[in-house]
Amino acid sequence: MPRDSTTLTFVIVGEETPIYECEIKAGAKREETVNYLHEFVLHASLDNIDEAIWTTQSCYLKQVDRYYDLTVSAYATSSLVKFLLLHDSKNDDGIRNFFHDIHEYYIKIMLNPFHTPTTKIKSKPFDEKVKLLAQKYLL
Amino acid sequence: MSQRGSVLPPLVDRHILTSKTRNDVGVGAFAFLFSEIVQYSQTRVSNVSELERKLADVGFDVGVRMLELLVHREKAGKRENRILGILSFLHTNVWKNLFGKTADSLERGTSADDEYMISDHDLLVNRFISVPRDMGHLNCGAFAAGIVEGVLKSSGFPARVTAHSVTSEGLSRPKTTILIKFSPEVIERDERLGS
Repeated sequence: MPRDSTTLTFVIVGEETPIYECEIKAGAKREETVNYLHEFVLHASLDNIDEAIWTTQSCYLKQVDRYYDLTVSAYATSSLVKFLLLHDSKNDDGIRNFFHDIHEYYIKIMLNPFHTPTTKIKSKPFDEKVKLLAQKYLL
Repeated sequence: MSQRGSVLPPLVDRHILTSKTRNDVGVGAFAFLFSEIVQYSQTRVSNVSELERKLADVGFDVGVRMLELLVHREKAGKRENRILGILSFLHTNVWKNLFGKTADSLERGTSADDEYMISDHDLLVNRFISVPRDMGHLNCGAFAAGIVEGVLKSSGFPARVTAHSVTSEGLSRPKTTILIKFSPEVIERDERLGS
């Protein structure tokens, strides 16, 4: 897979709804329509995640679903907040580290009394951290 | 953490996840704060069970946060996916961090399979509380019950959690028992996962 076509979508799903979404892009911009497909694939993987959660004690659930060349990797925190990453290249260790580091930032955000499991994360510093980690581990 | 006049770094850059130094607060400070929570709640309710509900709601939010923080700190990020695992996490890790000691006992209910009890002879939140006679069965351990409920609910084990005072011979004061009744789907799932 050539580097300039890397597609990545990262989503944090709270109790029921997404509370954070981020498109991570390297190289050329893709057409807008692709994004709907991404959301669809991510959404479809949620059932698999709900099953995978109970079969392991580790937070990292590895690959949970795939759609042609798109793969969904997932991670569930102890309070069952799900991190989903849609990607099209194989990078198991990178993704594991990416999720792990985000988990730490997520805990710091959720310890804030003004944050609830359904609050959307709008924190700019958090967004910057996610992009930084994506650069470090995924691109 | 920061010097006077300087701006605090954003939340994501603060070092709040490691517990190398224990930052325990004095029991007096806690007792006054809790006393204030009880008084505040009391002005906003009309009966005892509403008061217990309100205290539990306060505890619930504590529980949700303690779960993530303690699993990260003490369990190296290993989630609990079984009933016994999460109960012993409550009995040991959560109690130790919040109240300075593990709970006195963790038992399975005798009458029903889906009931568990965590008991404490000297629950920290009740240490300086004497319930007036006209408030009957009130137990301010409802706050601790709320914490337990918060931990259980957010980790995927929804349960009804209540606090009760239990008197028995040989005890100078009643112990507090936190009764946990799991939802049927939790019991079902745990049986499906097997041993």
